[in-house]
Amino acid sequence: MGKIVVDVMLKPEILDPQGKAVAAALPRLGFSFATDVRQGKRFEITVDGDVTAAQIAEVEKAAEVLLANPVIETFTVRAE
Amino acid sequence: MRIGVVTFPGTLDDRDAARAVKYAGAEAVSLWHGDADLKGVDAVILPGGFSYGDYLRCGAISRFAPVMTEIIAQANKGMPVLGICNGFQVLCEAHLLPGALTRNHELHFLCRDQTLKIENTTSAWTSNFTQGQEIVIPLKNGEGSFQCDDETLKSLEDNNRIIARYLGENPNGSRNLIAGITNERGNVVGLMPHPEHAIDSLTGPSTDGLPFFISVLTAMVGK
Repeated sequence: MGKIVVDVMLKPEILDPQGKAVAAALPRLGFSFATDVRQGKRFEITVDGDVTAAQIAEVEKAAEVLLANPVIETFTVRAE
Repeated sequence: MRIGVVTFPGTLDDRDAARAVKYAGAEAVSLWHGDADLKGVDAVILPGGFSYGDYLRCGAISRFAPVMTEIIAQANKGMPVLGICNGFQVLCEAHLLPGALTRNHELHFLCRDQTLKIENTTSAWTSNFTQGQEIVIPLKNGEGSFQCDDETLKSLEDNNRIIARYLGENPNGSRNLIAGITNERGNVVGLMPHPEHAIDSLTGPSTDGLPFFISVLTAMVGK
């Protein structure tokens, strides 16, 4: 079984209040390393057999239409 | 006059929207998300709620419901469509309106009476207001922050496509205090606050929401 991973992130210019909340929580727990946090989504899509270039292309189409909203988000697709 | 009110799984405000339609003097027609049939209605309301549990993104899955195929086709031909709250999110996901609604900037779900200023009285859903009129209707959402790129924002501003703005402090981080917008043609309107909850002083903070529903009747008579 192959796996295709789609990572979806808000565009840099779009406010990410969840990421900001996480960034604010980290130092309260003693983690002082973060200057910024952005929160995204990860989809793991399982397919039969090894991942093919055609499947990657199909998933890219699906990401454009459904998995991500190109108005506010960017995405990357890769086989894993 | 027959106005369709769509029910998706997870819709909450379809009954109040239908009630508002009746108060305005029209017939409310229930439309089911799974039927690609608008039952010959003259206009459609996409009410508030959490359609499909807000899974993936608010409105992202509803946008592909069978009823939406027909609504998108008819909206592009000029049929009046009003999306309230979750309905606004569905209209953005369906690309009938530009931009997107994201998480409130303070992350809290808000539920309160909100003052708005009406900015556009030429759309199918706002002609019954006066320019600059201040109204108070409920605002209740977790993802009501209107976002778009600078170019889209300029186009909305330059073409008088912002129908209402929040007055006072920005409740959710929306760009330029945008509470509602319309498309180029003025038949499709998205509004984050809830006019259908403000049609009777017994059950709402005001009756300021009623003109939205009366406006569309005027728009249809004028055709």
